[in-house]
Amino acid sequence: MADTMQFDLVSPERSLASLQATAVQIPGAEGDMTAMPMHAPTITTLRPGVLRVESPAGTSEYLVTGGFAEINGEALSVLAERALPMDEVTRAHLDELIEEAREMYKTAQEDDQPHGLVADAAKLLADMEALGTHMSL
Amino acid sequence: MPSLKDLKTRIQSVKNTRKITKAMQMVAAAKLRRAQEAAEESRPYTKRFNTVMAGLAASAGGSDNAPALIKGTGSDQVQLLIVMTSERGLCGGFNSNIAKQARLKAHELKAAGKTVKILTVGKKGRDALNRDLGDCFIGHVDLSAVKRLGYVNAQDIARDVLARFDAGEFDVATIFFAEFVNVVTQIPTAQQIIPASYEGGEVEGVSAGYDYEPSEEAILADLLPRGVATQIFSALLENGASEQGARMSAMDNATRNAGEMIDQLTIEFNRSRQAVITNELIEIISGAEAL
Repeated sequence: MADTMQFDLVSPERSLASLQATAVQIPGAEGDMTAMPMHAPTITTLRPGVLRVESPAGTSEYLVTGGFAEINGEALSVLAERALPMDEVTRAHLDELIEEAREMYKTAQEDDQPHGLVADAAKLLADMEALGTHMSL
Repeated sequence: MPSLKDLKTRIQSVKNTRKITKAMQMVAAAKLRRAQEAAEESRPYTKRFNTVMAGLAASAGGSDNAPALIKGTGSDQVQLLIVMTSERGLCGGFNSNIAKQARLKAHELKAAGKTVKILTVGKKGRDALNRDLGDCFIGHVDLSAVKRLGYVNAQDIARDVLARFDAGEFDVATIFFAEFVNVVTQIPTAQQIIPASYEGGEVEGVSAGYDYEPSEEAILADLLPRGVATQIFSALLENGASEQGARMSAMDNATRNAGEMIDQLTIEFNRSRQAVITNELIEIISGAEAL
């Protein structure tokens, strides 16, 4: 059994990481999951959260907002809408994201969007705020 | 026959023009490299995204309750044309080629009895289409303040388009942009984004055997709007590279033409200078002979 798998993290603007990983913790939409080599093929959407990558060279963390992850036995690709290496993230970044989510929630409410959208925006806002506490910034 | 002074001023002014076009060419070359890099950086994302979408669309898109973004509204009566052009001119035929293609398409659709709506991205396309299709405009996206195109810009446009789609303002959306081939070739392209068509050869093999979390349909519904943004983003990037490429070759031409013009004018200047000298000599000599 292979003990590493190819891990790629790409955002629309650039490719952030491409390396051999032993385990990757993914903030899935329905809960965190850790993917290791030989994981069953899965596609999951992401919620805003922290992506933790363990590789023989060490552990790295990334802040991701929505997107999705594609897992198959040998490779794992995460397509994040926005992704930042954790050590580059500051409180200001997070505040900006939270502010954006709040704005979206507000416009969704005001525009009288279908109910699902308001709930989605609210969830996004909550996720963003939870992320802040989680990171203890 | 222009006087010597006129010619001199003329030469100087063409020289100034050449300096400007030369500078613009070099700026465009630098910007082109950056635009190309940006386009290349985004390629892995787009490629993977489309592969996954192709798989999803093949397995879940065929059902009756598939999202309207992939299935369409069941009609093609109202057509939205999203025309992407640059904010600045002086880039050869870049803007007019895109506008021409969009105009052809618009007239073709109108002749077939469809309703045409146009959303312009970039000032130049708006100006070009304003005269004969101005009444079809439903909106304009201004990117002149944007220094560096980001995914956020594409998301804003996508959000606007999707809101209009949800409100039932149109049935089919097509984007017009120039595909970057190389510095001298940019191909004006029309691409339909709503309803989306994801095509991929190895679709069957890709989609088979995946677990979906949450369900396949939920993922598809979540990803389709992102797909619109992704397609708009890659079109914007292609367009950005094409614009700089077109400007670079246009300015290269202009610099060369200015050089030729300077050569010609200099010849003319020297000829008339010699003529003046000859004239003066003749005057002196004939004056001396008359004595």
